[in-house]
Amino acid sequence: MIIRISDDALARALGADELAAAFAAKGHEVQRTSSWGMQWLEPLVEIDGQGWGRVTLEDVDDILEGGASEIAIGEIEKHPFIAKQQRLTFSRAGKTRPLSLEDYEATGGWSGLRRARQVGSEQILAEVTQSGLRGRGGAGFPAGIKWQTVAKAQGPQKYIVCNADEGDSGTFADRMLMEGDPYLLIEGMAIAGEAVGADKGYIYIRSEYPDAIAKMEKAIELSAGLVAPFELEVRVGAGAYVCGEETSLLNSLEGKRGEVRAKPPLPAIEGLFGKPTVVNNVLTLAAVPHILAEGGASAYEQLGLARSKGTMPIQLAGNIKYGGLFETAFGVTLGELVNEIGGGTESGRPVKAVQVGGPLGAYIHPDDFGIRFDYEEYTAADALIGHGGITVFDDTADMGAMARFAMEFCAAESCGKCTPCRIGAVRGVEVIDRIRAGGRTPDHVERLDVMHNAPRHGRSQEQEIGLLTDLCETMKFGSLCALGGFTPFPVMSALKHWPEDFTGRAAAEAEAAE
Amino acid sequence: MSTKEQKIGEIVAEHHRREGALLPVLHAVQAEFGCVDAQSEALVAKGLNLSRADVHGVVSFYHDFHDQPDLRPVVQVCRAEACKARGVEQIIDQATAAAGDRVKVQTVYCLGLCSSGPAARVGDRLHARLDGPALAQIVENA
Repeated sequence: MIIRISDDALARALGADELAAAFAAKGHEVQRTSSWGMQWLEPLVEIDGQGWGRVTLEDVDDILEGGASEIAIGEIEKHPFIAKQQRLTFSRAGKTRPLSLEDYEATGGWSGLRRARQVGSEQILAEVTQSGLRGRGGAGFPAGIKWQTVAKAQGPQKYIVCNADEGDSGTFADRMLMEGDPYLLIEGMAIAGEAVGADKGYIYIRSEYPDAIAKMEKAIELSAGLVAPFELEVRVGAGAYVCGEETSLLNSLEGKRGEVRAKPPLPAIEGLFGKPTVVNNVLTLAAVPHILAEGGASAYEQLGLARSKGTMPIQLAGNIKYGGLFETAFGVTLGELVNEIGGGTESGRPVKAVQVGGPLGAYIHPDDFGIRFDYEEYTAADALIGHGGITVFDDTADMGAMARFAMEFCAAESCGKCTPCRIGAVRGVEVIDRIRAGGRTPDHVERLDVMHNAPRHGRSQEQEIGLLTDLCETMKFGSLCALGGFTPFPVMSALKHWPEDFTGRAAAEAEAAE
Repeated sequence: MSTKEQKIGEIVAEHHRREGALLPVLHAVQAEFGCVDAQSEALVAKGLNLSRADVHGVVSFYHDFHDQPDLRPVVQVCRAEACKARGVEQIIDQATAAAGDRVKVQTVYCLGLCSSGPAARVGDRLHARLDGPALAQIVENA
């Protein structure tokens, strides 16, 4: 019997290696595939298309004897979580062995690159532009426009840089793609190279992803002959969240401190080592082979809504019953994602808040669950899609504490180049602490006789809230990059929807004291 | 020539032709010696023809590089939003208590296992769906 078990990092974290060894010890062939993305069922065991979820070593004999019905999930492809999706980027998820060139070729691999090489640069640029593909890292900049700028830029050396510094909490699609379908990313990068005239590519992967680093390095080695003369290299980050920002990433690749650069000049004109550079997220580049297939661009363009075209691999995370990877066309509402597809919270308690777009994304209240997945609709609501991560919190969450954490995170991860982010985040933590403490009394300096103009009455809670609002405005409009610029989103959305989580504790203490 | 000089010389020789070789070199030094101390910084600077200030600036910027070795085993625990939503803050005290002075419990922000937290990492081994006792056990075994 052929037993299929994923070798995705999450499956391995939950004991997939031990399971695979147990099945092999019983004399069966074990194939290590990519993950289906139904993460609440990991480790998932597949035999002839049938699945068993959350398998433990004790279940091995039962499964081989055709039993274990209490953990059987039936035919995997017909599982509602899979059947409801529209998988383009993750079309191979669960089905192929990640490093098998044979599996990749048999499932249409390299056809996009072959066609790209036939049609040439101008046609590639035209098709990527037509598809409406936008940067999946968060900013949503049209990929076709970026590529055209690089293609037009003059220079003997150009680069393709893949941003795989997926630091946002609640996101794991880049990791899953690199671990599950590494050749797809390689093919996408080779096509980008073909389009803009670059022969060298870098994949910058965060050091927290050891499995992805190993898989990508192996895949690059195995496919080198197929993408030549295009060359690829993996570079490993060093634990700095801010290096997910493209200019900071370029500095890091150059061997410098990962400080943000002012724009302009755009990386497309002066990027890595001052050369014209395409910087795209893993998911953007991985969407390209599909677009370059015959008729792929118009098919892609027809999906989605308004200016958000194609599909988005959405990641359901946090306190959610059915967490995992859900790829679907733009336009799905947050309510559908959280309640219908995700099944609500895992704890079974009511949903209190949902953070969309990682640590810099707004906290969305269940009253606003009608919002549709679309770049513009989120921007209009003072929120962002970011990298498509959705983190669910139940009613035990303390949103004041989460707002404080957002500031603390910004302070810890700021590159230090611009003042609103470097100082503002530290002050933000202090102000939130004072709001939660109910304001503050005058300090010893303010009480000095010589301080004629200092207020004598300290600061009330409302005044502290005013200060926080003002600080957030400054950070939003005064920061160089999204780290300082977007940290106000989680803070202000938490303050707007759950003010009692900021003021409640102090009020309760005051009441108890009376 | 000390062994450190020799080893760093080898590391620099291995990487110096790469574009932007400093980060790969520092990763190798950190892996070899468990830290990038002042002496290593000076040797790397000399090897790559950079100033010591440049190298020190880079070493001090990134969380992965340390200026002195920590011989304790390290357990990285994710305390970012998704793991907070799944209760990591309620079990972290148990882990630090189990760690005492013997094990270093280090906070990291995101291991990419966000639907199945709390999550931890020891070396290249990942752990997910942890509860208090399971995390404490990982710390004990570290």
